[in-house]
Amino acid sequence: MKLNLRKLLKKMSGHAPAKPEQKKFLAADWLPKHTFHHSQFADLKSLVTEKERQNLRISLCLPTLNEEKTIGKEIIMLKSELMTRYPLLDELVVIDSGSKDQTREIASSYGANVYLARDILPQYGERHGKGENLWKALYQMRGDIIIYIDADITNIRPHFAYGLVGPLIRMPEVQYVKAFYDRPLTLSKGVRVSGGGRVTEIQIRPLFSLFFPELTAIIQPLSGEYAARRSALERLPFPIGYGVETAHLLDIYHHWGMSAFAQTDLDQRVHRNQSTHALGKMAFGIYQTFFRRWRAYGYATNLPAMETVLRQFQNRDGRYEQIESPIREEERPPIIKIPEYQRAFGRFP
Amino acid sequence: MPPQKPAPEHAPVNAGAAPSPENACKARLEQYKSAADALRDILLADLIRFGEIPAPTFAEEQRIRFLADRFMEIGLDNVSIDAVGNGMGIVSGREGRRNLLVLTHADTLVKDPKDQTIEVRADRLVGPFVGDNSIALAALTTLPLLLERLKLQFKSNIILLATTRSLERGNLEGIKHFLANSGRTIEAGLCLESVQLGRLNYHCIGLLRGDIHCRLPENYNWAQYGTTGTIIPMSEVVNRISQIALPHRPLTSIILGMIRGGIAYNNVARETILSFEARSESPDILNQIKQQITDICNEVGARSGIKLSLDVIAQREPGGLDIAHPLVRKATTIFTALELQPMLYATTSQLSALRDAKIPGLTVGLTTGERRYELDEIDESVKIAPLSEGLAQVVGILQEIDEGNIS
Repeated sequence: MKLNLRKLLKKMSGHAPAKPEQKKFLAADWLPKHTFHHSQFADLKSLVTEKERQNLRISLCLPTLNEEKTIGKEIIMLKSELMTRYPLLDELVVIDSGSKDQTREIASSYGANVYLARDILPQYGERHGKGENLWKALYQMRGDIIIYIDADITNIRPHFAYGLVGPLIRMPEVQYVKAFYDRPLTLSKGVRVSGGGRVTEIQIRPLFSLFFPELTAIIQPLSGEYAARRSALERLPFPIGYGVETAHLLDIYHHWGMSAFAQTDLDQRVHRNQSTHALGKMAFGIYQTFFRRWRAYGYATNLPAMETVLRQFQNRDGRYEQIESPIREEERPPIIKIPEYQRAFGRFP
Repeated sequence: MPPQKPAPEHAPVNAGAAPSPENACKARLEQYKSAADALRDILLADLIRFGEIPAPTFAEEQRIRFLADRFMEIGLDNVSIDAVGNGMGIVSGREGRRNLLVLTHADTLVKDPKDQTIEVRADRLVGPFVGDNSIALAALTTLPLLLERLKLQFKSNIILLATTRSLERGNLEGIKHFLANSGRTIEAGLCLESVQLGRLNYHCIGLLRGDIHCRLPENYNWAQYGTTGTIIPMSEVVNRISQIALPHRPLTSIILGMIRGGIAYNNVARETILSFEARSESPDILNQIKQQITDICNEVGARSGIKLSLDVIAQREPGGLDIAHPLVRKATTIFTALELQPMLYATTSQLSALRDAKIPGLTVGLTTGERRYELDEIDESVKIAPLSEGLAQVVGILQEIDEGNIS
């Protein structure tokens, strides 16, 4: 299915749960009303009561690829508190991209429902990337609210999930909740406090500041932890790789405005460090996503076709050689357009 | 010859009769194991939470706070933190005339671990202090839930206690404070240690723990005694201690645990400290060792012009229960039913504080595991599967004590 993003975005406006604000946006107004700390939702008993009153189902998705070192702990920490002690989550699902290590076995042994991404909607082919897993999770899971949490977090705590779901339960106008935190990177033995994600600070924040200043109110736009209503996610196209978080922010903002967002401080998140080369690939994918939307929103009409090969250098024995990495940030269409999804959920565009 | 009725392959013996007490006990323990298994994620999550909260001796507040919060959440009675920081909660008994104490220490050895992250693998947990003593703490917070699931309410109150100031210079201050000030008569105590499942300690070995301080006095005579500082005299002390004759019976040993001193390559060390522990089944031998070490300090000090002193930070008498004590017998019954081979050896744990207070007590382990030391870090790994057996054992022993007479 070929994706015409421009047509799609135009059509999506008709399904907007809220109109973008017309008045001048002031981060100072938005921030205190839409920014939370996870401790504000720590009363799990009352959160569960409210969830049940609204008759909501909540699903948690952990997208994985070779995460055997951290997946077991994430499942234990989240399941014990938010399923066994307090029935906040209705399902905990691992969508795996084909790990070569023991990720799936460990996840399954600790009680998660584990699926291979390629086995979900196989008739639509197999793509590789986190966004693919997140998109397919929408078909596999049954929740009205979906929580996505990266599977490489070493200091996972239950508040990573309830902190994100809290604003969605408490504020009906909120569609999408982003996490933010301090991000110490694990070094050999210890941890150090970083100034924030490098790609965020060097790429996303300058881009948003230039073209979407309101979005700069999102403190950590690339955080891998967020929760959203199915009714919003099902109408979003999903880049399959690095651009999925950026795409979500841009598309939700473009059609529903800042009132659809909230963000929650999850304190500290410890994760593996990535090389500058790896971050370069990430930034390349994000640029593709960004400029594709720039064009689709009608901000630029003469953008040239984008290359899909990232060229980086390395020095081997005193000689420089170029490494070429093909990165094509493909996008899955809004899942509500898929007939199988329509049949399974009785939901239509 | 008329055809004979073939005997059934497994002829029922006394079919319909009640199972033997041994079989009934086995069946009960199987049920406890299954229930414990169903609570595995709760146990492991609490284990991780405890394990990742730093709690060096004298700084256990945060860990105890978490424990108390869990106790409150579960709905235990009398949840409290006492003057020395011990955390307590009570599972009230049907009758409440007797109090059984289940305890473990909350503190850890290393003051400033670089990273206390616990890793969950397929069959084990790996990280500093998972074995000493995070599992036992998690067992305290899981035990009430297990009893609830099993719909078991004992006649006795079960007091769940996490003690502070247990290790090193803490010298069991937490448990001693509790026993002296709780105002409750304790019928029996069960000390939990994370590892090893199968240990059954009913006897304490005597212990003498001390620091030998070697200091340059203010009026040190550099001309007379030279510029070697405190390291050379301390090396002589070490040499002399290693020459102390130790008997094989009663079992006696001296461990030289730590030595530290000096500040730089090019500065004479003005202070050196040696930390040691002597263990013996005989209090007389421990007293002899103490006297010998004091003599060594005095003699080396006199010859070197350096101030040497022995600072005894703990001295515990050997002793405990007899192997024929009803408490030991009851525990052995449970071990037998679980097909655990009891490892009987003397310990230096909190048991000695119970013994001093004349409270019969045992120490048991909850799972199997191992510990790996590097220079400045401790890495431990513990197996997950045996934990259900470990918890079943605790419930089984408590039930035996609750139902019987142990005096």
